[in-house]
Order: sequence, then C-alpha cells, then structure tokens
Amino acid sequence: MGESPAPVNVRLVNVTKQFAEVRAVDNLSLDIRAGEFLSLLGPSGCGKTTTLRMLGGFEEPSTGSIFFGEKDVTGLPPYRRDVNTVFQSYALFPHLSVGDNIAFGLRRQGVSKADAAQRVGEMLELVDLAGLSARRPAALSGGQQQRVALARALVNRPTLLLLDEPMSALDAKLRKHMQIELKRIQSQVGITFLYVTHDQEEALTMSDRIVVMNQGRIEGLGTPREVYERPQTDFVASFLGASNLLPGILGSATQGYYDVEVTGGHRLRVAAANVAEGLTASSAVQVGVRPEKIHLVPSARAEEAGTNCLRGVVRVATFSGVGNQYLILSPDGRDFTVYAQNIGDALAPRTGDEVEMRWPVEHTFVVRPSGTMTNEGE
Amino acid sequence: MTDQIATTPLRVARPRRRFWLPLYSWLLIGYLVLPIGAMVLFSFNRVLTGLPQVSFQWNGFTTQWYQQWSQVPGLTAAFWLSLRLALVAALISTVLGTMLALSLVRYSPREFRGKSFVNQTLFMNIAAPEIVMGASLLGLFATLNVARGFTTLLLTHVAFSIAYVAVTVRARLSGFDRTLEEAAGDLGSSPFTTFRLVTLPLIMPGVLAGGLMAFALSLDDFVASNFVSGSTLPFPVWVYGATRVGIPPQVFVLGTVIFSLGLACAALSVLLSRRSAN
Ligand SMILES: Nc1ncnc2c1ncn2[C@@H]1O[C@H](COP(=O)(O)OP(=O)(O)OP(=O)(O)O)[C@@H](O)[C@H]1O
Ligand SMILES: [Mg+2]
Repeated sequence: MGESPAPVNVRLVNVTKQFAEVRAVDNLSLDIRAGEFLSLLGPSGCGKTTTLRMLGGFEEPSTGSIFFGEKDVTGLPPYRRDVNTVFQSYALFPHLSVGDNIAFGLRRQGVSKADAAQRVGEMLELVDLAGLSARRPAALSGGQQQRVALARALVNRPTLLLLDEPMSALDAKLRKHMQIELKRIQSQVGITFLYVTHDQEEALTMSDRIVVMNQGRIEGLGTPREVYERPQTDFVASFLGASNLLPGILGSATQGYYDVEVTGGHRLRVAAANVAEGLTASSAVQVGVRPEKIHLVPSARAEEAGTNCLRGVVRVATFSGVGNQYLILSPDGRDFTVYAQNIGDALAPRTGDEVEMRWPVEHTFVVRPSGTMTNEGE
Repeated sequence: MTDQIATTPLRVARPRRRFWLPLYSWLLIGYLVLPIGAMVLFSFNRVLTGLPQVSFQWNGFTTQWYQQWSQVPGLTAAFWLSLRLALVAALISTVLGTMLALSLVRYSPREFRGKSFVNQTLFMNIAAPEIVMGASLLGLFATLNVARGFTTLLLTHVAFSIAYVAVTVRARLSGFDRTLEEAAGDLGSSPFTTFRLVTLPLIMPGVLAGGLMAFALSLDDFVASNFVSGSTLPFPVWVYGATRVGIPPQVFVLGTVIFSLGLACAALSVLLSRRSAN
C-alpha cells in the first residue's frame, strides 16, 4: 500500500495517571514493537482505556513519558500525534457521508481531494463497503459503522492504531468475520495495533503478544502461548483461562528442575523455565496447572516418570458434550478442576470414585503472588 | 348487558377524540391567526376618506397600497432601519450567545469561576420586565452621555437577545457527544478546525434557531426601543407614534410582507430538513 512511514516502537516509560482519587495507571512501562498486534486484557476498570487515551493524547500522564521512536510525545495534543483511534462508540461524524468521514484525516493532512477520494475508495474496498460512500453513518448497520470507523483510522496509515473494544457491539458471527478481516488488514498494511478487548479468545487468537493488566499495572506480557502456559502471577493464571493453584514452598534447583513442597507433604516438580522470574529457593509460591492438562487415572496405577500426581476423590462430575468436567477434592481440602475431552474414554470416573490426578511436569508452573511484577519490558 | 357496558366507552371514545382534538386545534390556530388575517385583509382595503389612514370598514379590494408601499417617508425609513438593526443585532448576539453557551456547557465550575452567577444573570435577563430594562438603559445612556440612536438601539437589542440565543444553543449542546471532537482531533484537526468542521455544523440548528429568535425579538421590539431610540425610530416605535393620528395602510402592507417572508423561511427550512433526511 505504498509509502507508509516505517513503523516505530512506541514506549511508555513509568507512566502513572492519577485521577482525583483513583490511580488508573500505576507506574506502567511498556514497549510496543513496530508492526505488532498487541492486545490489552484485564478486568473492568484496570486502566486499559486510560492507557489508550494517554497514547492518543486525550489524557496527559501525571508522571512518566511516552515515546514514539526517539520522539517524546508526552505533552503533544492528539492532532500532533501520528496515532489514530478506533473509538469504542465509533464516533463517526453524523453530518458527513461515509466517504467524507474516511477522508477527514487525509484532508487535514493536506491530501488533495482527488487523491483522498482514491484512497477512500481503496479503503472502502478493503473493509468491504464499496458503494456505500455516499451514505450517512446513521443509515448503516452496527457492523458497517464499525468498519467505517476502522477505515477512517486506517486510511491515515498511522504509526500506531489504538482500538478500544472495537467489536464489543457485534454479534458472534460478525465478530468472527471482523477478526479475520482485521488480522488481514493488519498484516497487509503493516501498522502497529494496540487492541483492547474483554474477549480472551479474541486476544489469544489474534495477538502477537498479550498484556494482562490489573489495577493499573502490568501483570503479564508475552506471546499468547507464553502468557497462557507460563503465567508469571497468580492473577494472570486465573484471569486468563482457568488454573488450579496450590500454595507451596519452592525448593532448590536440581538439573533444571525445582521441587515445590505443597501442603500434605507432597512434592511437585517444575521445570526451571516455568518458574516465574525473581523467585528464589524457599520463597512462598503458588504452583499451578491448567484443568485440561490433568489426566484422571485409577489410583492403583503405577507412577510414571515425568509426571506430577495428587490423589483425590471425585466430588462432582458434569458432562458438557465436548467434554467432562470434574471437581476433585484433594487431601488438603482443596477443589481441583479437571477437564477431560470426550474421546470415548471407557473409564470416566464417577462421583465418589477415588482417583489420581496426573499431569506432565512441563505443564506445571510456579507463579508469584499478584502485584509483584519485576521490572517489565525487554 | 355487561358486555355492552364494557365495550361502550371504547366505541364512544374514538369518534369523540376525532372530533374534539381537531376542533380544539383549529380553534387555537384560528385564534392565533385571526389578527394576522385582519392585517392582511385590511392591507387590501380601499380608503374613501382621502386621508392616508387605514379604514376598518370594508370598502372594496385594491392593491393600491402595495404599489405605493414606500410613499410614507418616515415609515419606509423606519422599516429599513428595523431590518438593518435586526440583522446586525441577530448576528452579534448569535456569536456572543453561542460562545456563552459553549463556555457554560464545557467548563466545570472549577474551571469557570462565577459560572453559576452567569447562569443566574441569564435567567434574570430573560425574566426581568422589559420596561425596567428599557428605563434603566435609558438612565445609563443618559448618565454616560451617549447620544441615542442606532448604536444605543443595537446595544439594547443585543443585550436582551444574548440570553435567548445562549439558552437555545445550550439546549442543543447538552446532548453533544464529546468523543466526536476527540475523534476530529485524533484525525489531525486543531481545536479551531474541529470547531469549524464538527462542533459548529452539529449545533447549527440550535445556533440558527437562536439567531432567528434574536432577529424576531429585535424586529418587533417596542418597549425597550421606545426608551433608547431618541429620534431614530424603528418600525414598531414609528407605528406606535402613528396610531395617534391614524395608521397609514402601508403599515399593514409592510406587516404582511414581513409575515410572508417569515412563512417563506419556515417553509424553506421544512423543505431543507426533509431533503437532508432523505
Ligand atoms: N476522567 C476520569 N476521572 C476520574 N476517574 C476516572 C476517569 N477515567 C477513568 N477513571 C477511573 O480510572 C480507572 C480506570 O478506568 P479505565 O476506563 O481506564 O478502565 P478500563 O480498563 O478501560 O475498564 P473497562 O474494561 O470497564 O472499559 C477506573 O477506576 C475509572 O473509574
Ligand atoms: Mg475501557
């Protein structure tokens, strides 16, 4: 698509935003790589929108700085920043046609009417709205309005595109379609995307990297696989997907493995790579495993190498079509969630059965307590 | 029997509503239009006395007064003066009133000290009897030794129109989605461009309504104008003076013209809004 400027890294350095009483963003540092699709996940009120608004220039950080490449943009107003935003509410200009909406940014940059019209045409094609250029936004469906909002931002080829839950209003099918579309546009145009969503699956499938925020701080950062398989804090482990977590004491490392002693004297093995950064021997930790990684076997079976096991009693067994979900009561009184795919296993345990939970050592992870992220950013 | 009782009110209610509501509406419309109708009618009335005075007895149809509409020297001057005055006053008070409305809606009391005081002043300005305002303005101009004339009229008309414009525009602004302005800034427009391309077009109906109201208020203002006009007589003041000796039929002609222009404006705006809705 021609002469878009080379994307640059966007950096937030120790950014804090203090509203009257709320600290919406708390000493946040983040490196957004040029051209990546970065998703921002987190519970409601954790500061996602505020972070976006500071990047867009609608809100000034209380402390800290924001860099686009080498340039400090902290105090710059929105119209001096090479950023465009897809607002959650679309914010299409109701008095302008779809075409004029999309051309708005180009015209402000001084692009001639004819050139703008051509690029608007290309963009309408890209978002599959060719022929609707003369319509008013009010005469479009929600999904079409959304695509206009996207086109209006994309056509400017900004350094950074901010998207604040841009699909929250779409039905599941349209959403799926738009996800694919967005991903295609992103790889085609090569713009850096910062994408806020409440939909975990959306974040996991679309992103190059994911940021998990909580209370204005970053709790986890990495590729979807990294964040899911090796969460760093207990918050991330339970916010993103589900986790079974057990408190324990971290032992010392031997040959790339740690032992974690959990209540009841059991020992669980963890690969060193799956232990959260900044933990040392004999610190209090939580050891975790995802529900779908656990096998249930009759408790008499011989131990296997390379697995962790814990005994328990099936408390609840529910059938959900594609799988079985169990609640297993472990000896120390804790419920484990176990998810087994429905692949015709003959020996599906029933309520009251005594079973052994087994899972591979490499799927065991150790997390820090929440809110103790070590210095972030690589 | 019970069946009938249950259904009777329904059966009666409909024709009744169909009868009373239109009757009420037409009576009301008639009541409002009747004086205007009289004015239009008598602008076409012959005068038999030979004196330039409208007669309120029907003497036959003529368009004589329309042909001689500018034959009364003082009246024509007053008419043009009033039009000019109304235009300028509407323009100035629309600009000032719109800015006032913007500042009242956009700034919190913390950013805009004295905001509630300004609000009170607006309210008082609308509620205060005009005769008090006229008298006090006369006192003010006399004290300051300002010669009465077009300037004092203009100052007065702007003073009583601003509040109306501000209130009208404020109503339009209160539902305004600020994200639209953020979006414009996001797309590279400076605050001024944002105002020109986004804010103003969207509040334009309110601004126009305010401006029209200011125009109308100024055009037919008598009470305050009477105090501050000096020897520069706007249309209403001139007509009031003329009633003592007899109203020239041209007054009715000009009144009819103004009314027709107003009708035309209203029709045009309905037409335009219908077209933009499509
Ligand atoms: N203008 C403001 N004034 C005061 N507090 C604010 C303001 N904007 C946001 N906050 C507060 O800052 C915190 C973070 O808000 P933010 O909108 O960033 O959350 P979010 O992560 O986007 O949440 P959601 O997922 O619900 O959209 C919230 O506690 C919110 O109440
Ligand atoms: Mg938000």
